[in-house]
Amino acid sequence: MQALVQTLIYGVETGAIYALIALGYTMVYGVLRLINFAHGDVYMIGAFVGFFACTQWLPFKDLSQHPEAAMLNVVLALVTLLLSMLICALLGITIERFAYRPLRNGFRNADAHFWGFVIALPVTAFAGAMTTTKRQGVFLFAGVVIGFIMRPVMAYLAKRIKPSGSRLNALITAIGVSLMLENGGINIFGADPKFIPDILPKRQFNLFGLVFDSSGLIILAIAAILMALLRYIVLYTRPGKAMRAISHDIDAAKLMGINTDRVISFTFALGASLAGAAGFMVAAFTNIKVVPLFGLQPGLKAFVAAVLGGAGNIPGATLGGLIMGVVESLVASKFPQWRDAVAFILLIVILLVRPAGLLGKNTAEKV
Amino acid sequence: MLVIQDLHVYYGAIRALDGISIEVKEGEIVTMIGANGAGKSTTMRTLSGLVRPRSGAVMFEGKALHLLPAHEIVALGISQSPEGRRVFANMSVRENLELGGYVHYKKKAQIAEDMDRAFTLFPRLKEREAQLAGTLSGGEQQMLAIGRALMSRPRLLLLDEPSLGLAPFLVQTIFQIIRDINKTGVTILLVEQNANQALRVAHRGYVLETGRVVLADTAANLLSNDEVRQAYLGE
Repeated sequence: MQALVQTLIYGVETGAIYALIALGYTMVYGVLRLINFAHGDVYMIGAFVGFFACTQWLPFKDLSQHPEAAMLNVVLALVTLLLSMLICALLGITIERFAYRPLRNGFRNADAHFWGFVIALPVTAFAGAMTTTKRQGVFLFAGVVIGFIMRPVMAYLAKRIKPSGSRLNALITAIGVSLMLENGGINIFGADPKFIPDILPKRQFNLFGLVFDSSGLIILAIAAILMALLRYIVLYTRPGKAMRAISHDIDAAKLMGINTDRVISFTFALGASLAGAAGFMVAAFTNIKVVPLFGLQPGLKAFVAAVLGGAGNIPGATLGGLIMGVVESLVASKFPQWRDAVAFILLIVILLVRPAGLLGKNTAEKV
Repeated sequence: MLVIQDLHVYYGAIRALDGISIEVKEGEIVTMIGANGAGKSTTMRTLSGLVRPRSGAVMFEGKALHLLPAHEIVALGISQSPEGRRVFANMSVRENLELGGYVHYKKKAQIAEDMDRAFTLFPRLKEREAQLAGTLSGGEQQMLAIGRALMSRPRLLLLDEPSLGLAPFLVQTIFQIIRDINKTGVTILLVEQNANQALRVAHRGYVLETGRVVLADTAANLLSNDEVRQAYLGE
C-alpha cells in the first residue's frame, strides 16, 4: 500500500512536468490547429539554458564546500528559472515568426533575411571549423556577407511560395524546425551528456511513512504556481481573452479588431516559457543527463497528454499530463520495460475510444 | 464614405467577385441583395480584411482598406456582424461584448457606457449577461452579434444576414433596430436574403448576380422594379 502511494506521488511529479509541456502543445493547437512538434525541443533548450546558467553564467556556489550559500543558490535558481522561461519564450516567438507565420501570411523581406542567414551561417561556420582555428573570424564574416547575398535568392524563392492554409505544410515545417533544433543543438552544444550539479540542498521528509523528496516538492510547487498564473492570464487578461476568442473562431476574432498575429506570438511565448521552466526543473532536480535529444521523449509524451485531455483544451492538458505521469509511474513500477510504450498505448486507446479527448467536445454550431 | 472599385476576389481558382463597384455615403443604409453565391458575403469579408482581393480597391474615407490587416480596419471604424453570427460560444455574453470593444480597451468608461447602450438596445442580453453565448437562442445570438459589433463604435456597420433563421416577429424587431442604429448616425451596409425587408429599410440597393452588380438604384425603385420583384421578392 505504501509503495503504491509512493508510486502515485512520483507519478504526480512526473505528470506535472508533462502537464507543463502539454499546455504549450494544446494552446498552440487551440489558436492555430497546429501540432508544434518543435515544442519538445524548446523544452530541451530550457534544460540547456539551465545547464549553462548553473555551471557558467551565474555564480552558483558548490554546496558541499560552502553550505552557508544555500540561500544564494535558491535565489540564483529562481533567476535561472526565469531566464530559461525568458529565453524559451523568445525562441518560441522566433519559431512562430519565421517558420509558421510565413506559411500563413506569405514570405516577407524579413523572412528572406532571416532564412538567408540561417542557411549561410552554419555553412561557413562548418567551413571555418574545417580549417585552422585562427581563420574562423574570416569565415564568420563571410557568413554574414553570404547571408546578405542570400537575401535576393530567398526573396526570389519566396515569390514561388504562396501562403496556404494547408495544415500539412505547417506540420511538416514543425517537424523541420524540430530537426533543426535537435541537430543544431548537437552541433553547438555537442552530443556529450551534461549534468547540472546539485544546486539546492536536498532533503527528504518522512510523513505517514511516506518519503517526500525536496526536489519533487519544488517541481510540484513551481508547476502549480505557473499553472495558476496561466489560468489567470487565459481567463482574465486581455491577451488571454483574445487567445480564447482566436481559439474558438479566428475570423470572428479578427472582426473584433484583435491583432491575431500578435496574440499567436503571445501564445507561443506562454507555451514555450512553461516548457522552458519544465526543462530546467527536470535537468536540475532529477539528475537526468542533458543532451540535444533531451526533449524528444518528453515532447512526444506531453503531446499524447495533450491529446488525452483534449487538444486545444487547457484544463485538459493539465489533466492529461497528470494521468500520463501517474499511469507511466504505475506501469514502470511493475513492468519497467513498458515505461515508454505506455504513453503510445494510451494514445491509441484514446483515439479509438474518445478521439476528442477526455475534456474535449465535439462542438456543434447553431445555424 | 466607402467606395468599392472594380473588386475581383478569388478563392483559389474559383472566382467569387468579378468586378464589383459599390458606393456607400455617410448616413445611408445600403443593401446588397442577391441569391446564394452572388458574392455578398465575399464582399463583406473583403471589406473587413478577411479576404484579399486579387485586384480592385476598397477606399474608406480615402484610406485603402484592401491593403490593411483586419484589426486595423476595425480600428478605423468599420465593424461587422458576420453571417451565421459567429459569437464566441464558450464565453459569456458580457465577455463577448467586451471583445467587441477590444480596440478601445484603454477606455474603460467608454466600454461600460457602450455595454449599457447594448443592454438598452437588447434587454434580453442584460438578462443573460453571465450566460454562455452558446446557450442563447438564435435570435439572442443575433442580438449579441450586432451588439458586439457596435461595441467598437463603428461609423460603418456591416451586417451580414442579420435576419437569417429568425422567427418572423424577431425579423421585424431586428429591422427596427437597424433603423434605430442608423438614426444614431451609423452608416450601414446590409446584406440580406430577405430582399423585401432589406429594401424597405434601406435607402439604396445593389443587386448582385454571380459576382457582379447587375442593378443599382434607390431602394424604392428596386422595390417597384419588375425584374427584382420576380427574382427576389417572389411575386
